[in-house]
Parts: sequence; structure tokens; C-alpha cells
Amino acid sequence: MAESIPVEHADAHDADHGHHEMSFAEKYIIPLDHKMIAMQYMFTGMFMAIVGGFMAYAFRMQLAFPGMDVPGWGQVTPADYNALVTNHGTIMIFWVAMPVLIAAFGNYLIPLMIGADDMVFPKINRLSYQIFLLSAIIILAAFFVEGGAFGGAWTAYPPLSAKAEYNLTPLGSSLWIIAVALEFIAFLLGGINFITTTMNARAPGMKMWDIPMVVWMIVIASILFMASVGPLLAGGIMLLFDQQLGTAFFDPDRGGDPILWQHLFWFFGHPEVYVVLLPAVGITAECITVFSRKKLFGYKTVLYTAIGTGVLSFTVWAHHQFIAGIDPRMANVFTVTTLLISVPIAEMMFVYIATLYGGSITLTTPMLWGLAFIFEFLIGGITGIFLGASGNDIYMHDTYFVLAHFHYTFYPIAIIGTYAGFTFWFPKMFGRMMNDSLGKLHFWLTIIPFNVIFLPLFVLGAAGQHRRIYDFTNYPELAKPWMQDLRVLATTALLVMLGAQLIFFYNVITSWLSGPKAPKNPWNSNTLEWTADSPPPHGNWPEGLPTVYRGPYEYGHPDRKDSDFWPQNEPA
Amino acid sequence: MASQRQEIMILNSLLPAASTYAGDIDRLFDVITLLVGIPFLVASFLFFSFIARFRKKEGVPSLYITGTEHRYMKWIHRAHVPILTFDVIIVVMAVNVWYDVKQDLPESQTTIRVIAQQWAWSFEHPGPDNVLDTADDIRTVNELHVAKDTLYHFKLLSKDVLHNFSVPVFRLKQDAIPGRVITGWFEPTLTGEHDIQCAEICGVGHGLMPARIHIESAAQHAAWVDANNPMALVDQGESASPTELAAR
Repeated sequence: MAESIPVEHADAHDADHGHHEMSFAEKYIIPLDHKMIAMQYMFTGMFMAIVGGFMAYAFRMQLAFPGMDVPGWGQVTPADYNALVTNHGTIMIFWVAMPVLIAAFGNYLIPLMIGADDMVFPKINRLSYQIFLLSAIIILAAFFVEGGAFGGAWTAYPPLSAKAEYNLTPLGSSLWIIAVALEFIAFLLGGINFITTTMNARAPGMKMWDIPMVVWMIVIASILFMASVGPLLAGGIMLLFDQQLGTAFFDPDRGGDPILWQHLFWFFGHPEVYVVLLPAVGITAECITVFSRKKLFGYKTVLYTAIGTGVLSFTVWAHHQFIAGIDPRMANVFTVTTLLISVPIAEMMFVYIATLYGGSITLTTPMLWGLAFIFEFLIGGITGIFLGASGNDIYMHDTYFVLAHFHYTFYPIAIIGTYAGFTFWFPKMFGRMMNDSLGKLHFWLTIIPFNVIFLPLFVLGAAGQHRRIYDFTNYPELAKPWMQDLRVLATTALLVMLGAQLIFFYNVITSWLSGPKAPKNPWNSNTLEWTADSPPPHGNWPEGLPTVYRGPYEYGHPDRKDSDFWPQNEPA
Repeated sequence: MASQRQEIMILNSLLPAASTYAGDIDRLFDVITLLVGIPFLVASFLFFSFIARFRKKEGVPSLYITGTEHRYMKWIHRAHVPILTFDVIIVVMAVNVWYDVKQDLPESQTTIRVIAQQWAWSFEHPGPDNVLDTADDIRTVNELHVAKDTLYHFKLLSKDVLHNFSVPVFRLKQDAIPGRVITGWFEPTLTGEHDIQCAEICGVGHGLMPARIHIESAAQHAAWVDANNPMALVDQGESASPTELAAR
């Protein structure tokens, strides 16, 4: 298939689509079609989310009821506990947020929203998923090797992560780092595709400022990822060499420096937050404009704040290391850069709230998710200020306050953002409408427990409760009855939230099988994917690619008397 | 300090503040809560009132606003004035607190050594002569004894992996790094017995290294030092070399 230069690509690909009947394996197992690869990423990510959610269930049960026999897991030993929290974090970020938000939505939406028939490098795309799948198998396989899975936290600080005599997981820790490194390679390949496709394969007439925001966000995220991942990939290989070949990059006994790893990790780790944040921000832009029938307030402002946040995110990494033994004077610099991030992020939040002003709002399920993203992420954003302020971080570092803060960022990103996008594009993806009542029930039974889980954890963190401790009853100051009550409350809410996800899966399966047929454009949206059939066939527009005449958010335009939207492909 | 402590509410209501700088950190927390709380409440109010006010009504079209019009955009720009002001206040306060706790090292009255390892804490108290590394040093495991109103330096070491010496009532936290000796300080202001936690994951036993800090009055502390003086514990008739004593 055409993975040559983009100009030739369209013709060659079109010819292919017409004449070649694909076998089952070609269509579903080793597909080149961007939509099928997106679905592979989507469902692998959702499977991993179930695994990561199960891990959260197991260790939260241990925290609420120390020493209990957790149904489905058994006794949670200290080694189990460490392995569970480590892999919960690693999986939720690298095998759920990344594949779903960047790879699944990126693959599905980019060609459809810019009016291309596929990615420009379909085979690289397929390779990306295959490497990703391999990495997912490796991270899970670590649970079944001798010594068990790695338990040194998702940050994997050496010397603990570097020496088997310290971490007691000689194979698990190496499988962990190999899986993470492979996952990075998969996303570098995916990112090449997203950037190249968006820059080179847009439909005729689509100028830079006509690109829908979610596409821009995935492209910016891919650039951030490419620019930040190099140091950690190098660090990962150094760590693997320390583990397996006896090198001493991070071994202080032989001239290495364990702090070096922290710099390499967080130089990647902080931009990574924005790598997954931006696609969710983009998805939210699509939801709130369509369902409030409003033009996005300040298209370029949103874009510039995203770029500004992205650039600034490269200058803040050491706020994770204030008390890690770095030169204390550095903390002053990183406090300033960290608090500066509040400026573009606040601007972005204001712009989103301003978009609602003067709208004609319908609270559909995807709209509820989009609005929830704004509000919950706002809480995540402001609680970051507490931690970016160096003086306060002396106390807050590595407490549950940190944990609650980043769950208020990552949960809106990875879970709320995903549900917003999934329910919004479900009619396009599967050609059926979802049940809106079940969707709303699922929304409320997810969003309320989410807050009941994590708001108490802010309080526990402020009371001095540290992370990654498997049984707080060993610490008199943490074993107070009111603290244990809050832990039980959080765990109970988690059980409700996990149970509510069954509603979602039920809704997906029944709607997919027997939901009402979806029209081409059920939401009266402007962007190009809604001009293709639902679901779009291989090649997306067999009758010919659309031509673009205007930007993506022309809702309620005063020149349009008869309709409140103005599709991008409709001639003036 | 006493008058300052009365204005403090949030952290102090959850956990006592028992060092000279704990009150400063608690006040910083309160100020940040106030300064991020105001924008949060304003933004939330606008957010929910827009959702309530601009629900779809038949025959009422949405407004066409591009977000480049000055009369709308000025509200976004104006909002940055308080945000930047709040940022500056928080930075100045945070850096001041940070400087006092972490950058500045006031003259010490006594020095202790804190050694972290998988999975226990060892503490070396200087003993009656108030000098470390002499024969009368008092060595303890998972039990640190300090006197109220005395300015301590601690020398923090790790024998194996990263650990973190965290004393929540002091609002103090510092990573211990193998191969380095990190010096810090604290001055207790309240007597009592409190937790020392390890705040950096250090392996399977990370959750199993609770230690306790015993903050005593000067007289109580002197009595404890006397009672545990390794020189006094030696049988008076025998002579023992410092190495042998250290081994005990």
C-alpha cells in the first residue's frame, strides 16, 4: 500500500480500496486501515484499563481493610502491594492514557477530520500497534515470572530499581523497563505518522487555521513526546545495563549518580502530562462547541496556550525533586517556572468557560463528559500550585495530597476525556447511536464516586499520610479512626465507580448490536468526519475527498439564516 | 511565634506543628488555599451559571463570538492580573520558607546522625560530651531522642537505596542518598512522641520502617542521655576501647 510521498499516496490508495477484497486477517489482525488500527489501540487500551482498575481495587481494599483476603486476589503482601501500585501507575499512563487518547483518537480522527483517505505511512502505523501490543504483553508477563513484577514505583528510582539485591525482582524490573522502552518506540512511530499526515495530507482548501482543535492538540502532543522522550529512552537503556550488564551509571558505590535518573525521568515525565492532557483538551473543544452551538472562543488563543504550556513544561521538571538532594538554590528557579504554567493553563480554562457564554447548550452524554473534564481538571490544576510552591512542598512531597492532585489531572484526562470522545464519536465509529439515558446514568455513577474517592485523599495527605505504604496501622499518627474511616469511604466509592463501568460496557455492546442506526451527522457538526458514512468505509470517502471552505467552528453564524451550523465542506 | 500560631488553621488542625518553621509552612499553606480558592470559586461560579443560563431555548440562537473581539477578550486578559499577582505572592512566600528551611543553615547547638537502610532507621546521638563520633555516642534503632528548644543539625545518610527522612510534625522531609551526607536542621518546639516516616519507596519493607521521635524537655533529655550513656553502662572496673563500645 502507498507509503510513498503523500502526493502519490491518494491515487495509489484509492485504486487499492476499489479492487482488493481483504481476508479476515488483513482486515482485523494486521490491518493497514487507520480506523481499524485505532480500534485495536482503543480496545487494547480499554482492556489495560480494566487490568489497571483491578489493581487499584486490590490495593485500595488492602488500605481500607488491612490484611483482608481480597476477593479475586487474596492476601496482599507488601511485595504484592508495591507491584500493584507500581504497575497501576505505569499501566494507566503508558498503556491506557497514551494508546487511547493519542493513538486511538489520533489514528481514528486525524485522517477523517483533515479529509484524507488514510495515514500517509500505513505500514509504520501497523508496526506501531504491533510493538505496542508486544510491550503490553511484556508488562503483564512480569507478574508471572520468578520474583514477580517490579515494585519500585512507576518512577523507578535507582539504586532500588537498578539492583536485584535491593528490589528482589531480578526479572520483573528488567521486563518493566523493556516494556516501557518498547512502548516509547511504538509512540514515536505513531507520532511520526500524526505529524506528517496532518502537515501533508489535508483536504484541498484546509489551511492551518481550519484544522480542528483535537487534531492540532494530538500533533502538538506528538511533538512534545518526540522532544522529551529521548533522554528517558537513553536513561532506560542505562538502567537496563545497570540491571543486567553490571554497569554503574546510577550506582554511587562505583561513581554513578542515582539523581541523574530522576533528571532524565522527569525531563520526560512532566511534558508527558501535557502529552496526554492536550488530546483530552482537544476532544473537549469538539464536544463543547457542538453542544453549545458556539464558535470556539479564540481558536488561536487555545492553540497558543497549548504551545506555551508545552514549551514551559520542559522547564519545570525539577519540581518533582525539590527535596531529592538537588542543589537547594535550584528549587527557587523551578518554583517560578512551575507557577508560570498557571498563566497559559488559566487562559485555556477561561477560554473554554467563555465558549459556553451565549451558547445554546444541550446536555447530551458527551457534553456532560466534556463539561466534567473542565471542572475536574480545574481542581487538578489549582492543587498543583500547592506542590509547585517549594516551601509547601517540603511538607506535601510524596503525600496523598500529591496523589490526589495528579489523579485530579490524569483522571479527567484519561477517563473523562476518553468517555467524552468515545460517546461523541461512537455513532461515527460503529454506525449506531448510544443509549443516552444509560450514558447519563453511567456518567453520574462515575463522576460522583470519583470525587468521593479523591477528595478525602487530599485531607489524608494534608494530615501527613505518605504514599506507597501498604499498612498505615504501623504508624500511630496515621492509624487514627477518622483517617481509617476516610480510607474506607474512598475504597467504597471506588467499588461503586468500578461497578458503574459495567453500565458503560453494557451500553456499548447493546448499542453496537441493536442501537438505532446513526445518520452521517447526528450532532449537526461542522467537521469533515461527519460528511463520511457512519461507519466510514475503507478509504473514508470512496466518492472522492471533500474540499474545505472554512474553519471548523462556524456555529450560529449570522450569515446563515436557515441553519445554526456551516459544515467545513459546504461551498459558500 | 505564639501569636502567629493562632491564625493558623488548616494543617495545624490535622497534625500539631512542632518545629520553629512548621508554623511558616502552615501559614504558606493557608495563604495558597486562599489565593487559589478565590479564582477557583469565581471560575466555578461562572462555569455553572453559564451552563444554567445558556441552556437551549427554542427560537433563541447562540451568539456568534470569535473570541478576538476586544469587548469579550478584555475579560480574559484582566483575569490574568489577579492570577499573576497571586503567583508572585505565592512565589515570594514559598521561596522565603524554602530559604529558611533548606538553604540557610543556622548555627547548631547539637548534631545527630540519621542513617537509613532497608528497612530501619539508626540514630546516633552525641551523648554527654555533645560531640559525635566519640565513645559516649548513643546509638538507637527506630527511636530518636531530641530536646525541645534546641537547634539540631542532622547528617543524613543511606546505606543502600533512596530513603526519605520525614518528620510530619516538623513539616520536614529530606531524601537520603547513598554516597552522600546531607545536612539539614530543625528545632523542636513542643514535647511529645511522634512518627518518623520513610517517604521514598525503598523496597518490600517500605511500609514497615516506622520510627518514633521523642521530643523531651531539657531536663528529661539530660536524664535520658545519662541513663543511656554507653560509658556509664560499662562496668566501672573494666576498660573498654572506643571500638568495642561502639559495637555495643
